[in-house]
Amino acid sequence: MSAYIPILLFILVAVSFPIITILIAKLVQAGRHDPVKAEPYECGIKPTSEAHDTRFSVRYYLIAVLFVVFDVETVFLYPWAVMFRKLALFGFIEMFVFLAILVVGYVYAWRRGALSWV
Amino acid sequence: MTTPWMTYLLIPLIKIVVILVVLILLAAYLSWFERRILAFMQIRIGPNRVWPKGWLQAIADALKLFSKEDVIPARAEKLVFLLGPVLATAPALIVFSVIPFGPSDLLRLTDVNIGILFILGVASVGIYGIILGGWASNNKFSLMGGLRSAAQLISYEVPMGFAVVTVVLMANSLSLVKIVEAQKAQHVWFAFPGWLAIPGLIAFFIYFICGVAETNRNPFDLPEAESELVAGFHTEYSGMKFAFYFLAEYANMVVIASIATVLFLGGWLRPFPNVAALAFLDVIPPIVWFFAKVAVFLFVYIWFRGTFPRYRFDQLMALGWKVFIPVSLINLMAVGLGILLLGGPR
Repeated sequence: MSAYIPILLFILVAVSFPIITILIAKLVQAGRHDPVKAEPYECGIKPTSEAHDTRFSVRYYLIAVLFVVFDVETVFLYPWAVMFRKLALFGFIEMFVFLAILVVGYVYAWRRGALSWV
Repeated sequence: MTTPWMTYLLIPLIKIVVILVVLILLAAYLSWFERRILAFMQIRIGPNRVWPKGWLQAIADALKLFSKEDVIPARAEKLVFLLGPVLATAPALIVFSVIPFGPSDLLRLTDVNIGILFILGVASVGIYGIILGGWASNNKFSLMGGLRSAAQLISYEVPMGFAVVTVVLMANSLSLVKIVEAQKAQHVWFAFPGWLAIPGLIAFFIYFICGVAETNRNPFDLPEAESELVAGFHTEYSGMKFAFYFLAEYANMVVIASIATVLFLGGWLRPFPNVAALAFLDVIPPIVWFFAKVAVFLFVYIWFRGTFPRYRFDQLMALGWKVFIPVSLINLMAVGLGILLLGGPR
């Protein structure tokens, strides 16, 4: 476990470095507050609505759901790849079946147009 | 002499500071090199005024950003707005804790047996920095840029993962040090393995192209497509917070180049590590080989930007989901079959 102590240290340093730098910069920089300057940029026109209320395409959700499926699959692939020499033919067939089931879903999503962005 | 304090705190801390300083300077100077090289590609001169001959341009830019006012847009989520650049920068730096720069223990912070898994896990956190920053700005351009960026990053993470698994299958380990050593044992870099010449090369290309997409660089820089989205997710960012997004992008380029070097181009090894006739190349120390390979990748990044027009968003998604995922999956199973039938490297 001692190999992870430097990583923990690095995480602490890497997270605190930007925070501390931003806070120090706050002390140095000029700041003239102005309600017009603080308006969100919208090509010079007054914003008509809040950005948080903006609707966006449902396809972003679709991509996210598909991503979860494939990413979980990748997670299964890692231990399989490390143990592949030991599992040999059994491991290959097992993964082939697993991927075949996934590919059926992938083909279905493709045929239903989930992967095309129009 | 070696008390636990020294082995567990002092020495790692010194290494961390050295890695951070080198990485940040590298990222800052990468932006200067990019401007210079792009300028030469477009028959311009580029920044050459800050003494001497433009060499201090990167430092001058950093100082300017440090002193600029940090405007927080009205009705923005202030805490999340601050969290965005922090979450984008930290993962790009943390990845370097497991990257081996050379064969000795001195030239790396640590070697964990799940190295590449750790890298992929940490690197994914960077997506939060982008989407949270885009959402918290309360700006429509930022929101769209953040969403696009998130969709693009998660789409390309899948084939990237498959390409990495291909290497793990060849090397039989997740540790980056072991992966490099496996390339030495198998006589050649994984991008050009002798026993199965094609799959290694395919995985390499898929990895690198996905890497370009993961760093939001040309020709996949849609989140920042300035003609449509102003500046994408960092439209509202200014001053030091913008500087950290900037740093994160360039540090991520170095990350992708380093991982590609370790996984596919033999890390610190010289070309053809087992050909005795090339032993004179060992005069060059391993760490120089490592950074030379990284530098080549970084140049290719800039070269891409000088050459390719931008993709359209539907083309980008189609390329990721309809081309790279099937190709990388078939490639992976082909390597598995190859190891099974031909025995493959141990």
